[in-house]
Amino acid sequence: MRQKILKAIDKNSKLTSKELASMLGMTEEIVEAELRAMEKESIICGYPTLINWDKADNERVTALIEVKVTPQRGEGFDKIAERIYKFEEVESVYLMSGGFDLTVIIDGKSMREVANFVSSKLAPMDSVLSTATHFVLKKYKEHGIELDNKKVDERMLVTP
Amino acid sequence: MRNPLSNKVVDIQPSGIRKFFDIVSEMKDAISLGVGEPDFDTPWHIREEGIYSLEKGRTFYTSNAGLKELKIEICNYINRKCRVKYDFNKEVMVTVGGSEAIDIGLRAMLDPGDEVLIPQPCYVSYVPCVKLADGVPVIIELKEENNFKLTKQELLDAITDKTKVLILPFPNNPTGAIMEYEDLVDIAEVVREHDLYVMSDEIYSELTYGRQHMSITSLPGMKERTILINGFSKSYAMTGWRLGYACAPEIIMEQMIKIHQFAIMCAPTTSQYAAVEALRNGDNDVLLMKEAYDARRRFLIDELRRIGFDCFEPYGAFYVFPSIKKFGMTSEEFAETLLREEKVAVVPGTAFGECGEGFLRISYAYSIENLKVALERIENFVNNHKLNK
Repeated sequence: MRQKILKAIDKNSKLTSKELASMLGMTEEIVEAELRAMEKESIICGYPTLINWDKADNERVTALIEVKVTPQRGEGFDKIAERIYKFEEVESVYLMSGGFDLTVIIDGKSMREVANFVSSKLAPMDSVLSTATHFVLKKYKEHGIELDNKKVDERMLVTP
Repeated sequence: MRNPLSNKVVDIQPSGIRKFFDIVSEMKDAISLGVGEPDFDTPWHIREEGIYSLEKGRTFYTSNAGLKELKIEICNYINRKCRVKYDFNKEVMVTVGGSEAIDIGLRAMLDPGDEVLIPQPCYVSYVPCVKLADGVPVIIELKEENNFKLTKQELLDAITDKTKVLILPFPNNPTGAIMEYEDLVDIAEVVREHDLYVMSDEIYSELTYGRQHMSITSLPGMKERTILINGFSKSYAMTGWRLGYACAPEIIMEQMIKIHQFAIMCAPTTSQYAAVEALRNGDNDVLLMKEAYDARRRFLIDELRRIGFDCFEPYGAFYVFPSIKKFGMTSEEFAETLLREEKVAVVPGTAFGECGEGFLRISYAYSIENLKVALERIENFVNNHKLNK
């Protein structure tokens, strides 16, 4: 049941509980109770909006930073990850397998701001061994949604 | 000058949908719930396979009956879904959409005067195809109180000593009705007793909700009496690729392939390569689309009932078929007024046979957002005309 609700709101969090209930064949009460419970259990962590900032005339820079770190005894990578993700300019942090340890995604106002963050905050940390910063040039698709590809319904209006 | 036309063709009525289409086309910014095809794009991996086949230069004819790989995949698929084994070499052919299979299947079986039973409301091409094949269409009017299923008694009442073929169009366009095991067992018994053949058009077979699709060909003694028609249009959202197929006993299949060979040659090669990919790796796409349709189906039924429509619950295809009898308008009046006043296009039930009078076909091959806007307008319409008493 939870899986069904999650799947339905994954791409559209604007659906009301009444609409969800109708679409999934559940009662409104159950949908609401489940949503509340999943919020409480941090299964649902928020309802953000997917915005194409490039189109909103808002200068923004996104950078993806590969970070190599030394894990700390007893705490592994979690402690160092936390020290990084607490910075508010940090959008996402993932622990990776392979050639480096953490992917840090930064949203900044400008390249300078990102560069500042890397050189004054991130790189100097004790456990950080090295960083490699990649700037995003264009976003095509995010969260399964094509950003600049509004689909026009080209079907004929009435067909048998 | 002599009359250039065939009387047989001239006498065939143009589709009721066509007339409505012309009215809709004049309307600017109409929202349509009148479409009979999926709103999804063909899944990318299938399109990509089509592109790849073009890049590789696979632009030649295939054999008349279709690519061997595709015929094998079709047989595997049917065995997987219906537990019926067809011989890919002798009992399967790839056609230009399910529509071609309907046409050549009837032409292969009918002699002048042979009667074909057609349950209505139904898809628009059975009656004309029967006439073009010199058969005599005999309509069975399905009833809402039977959930638009074909009953044994209705079938028995329509059979004469000229009856040869029964068309079984389930899951049904436009009603969304399906036939389940218990229903088909009864029908199969009558078919065997009266020595009839069945043309089972199962183009919507993948789209059933909460119930299993059942094919009559899987019942005892029915494979040798059935032309099974299916295709890729609805299940894989591939309408424009024009690809379907038929499975039938060798004796019928031979004749169907003969007509196809002279009239068509072979189904489009690019589409056939794409379809191989669809059958090999497309199960999950079908499932995802089906889940989306199901959510819309429930939403649409709930909303229509709230607005005041009597609406039987369809378990298949992507249509609902609400009744408008209590609103005191004919189907055409209702559809036309709704279109002019609120700019929402739905199809009058009469486009699918006279017994569709009193109903509308509303398609849910649209996003929830689209459905919401359209439903608001429909509600307006009902309120403005004080119909919801």
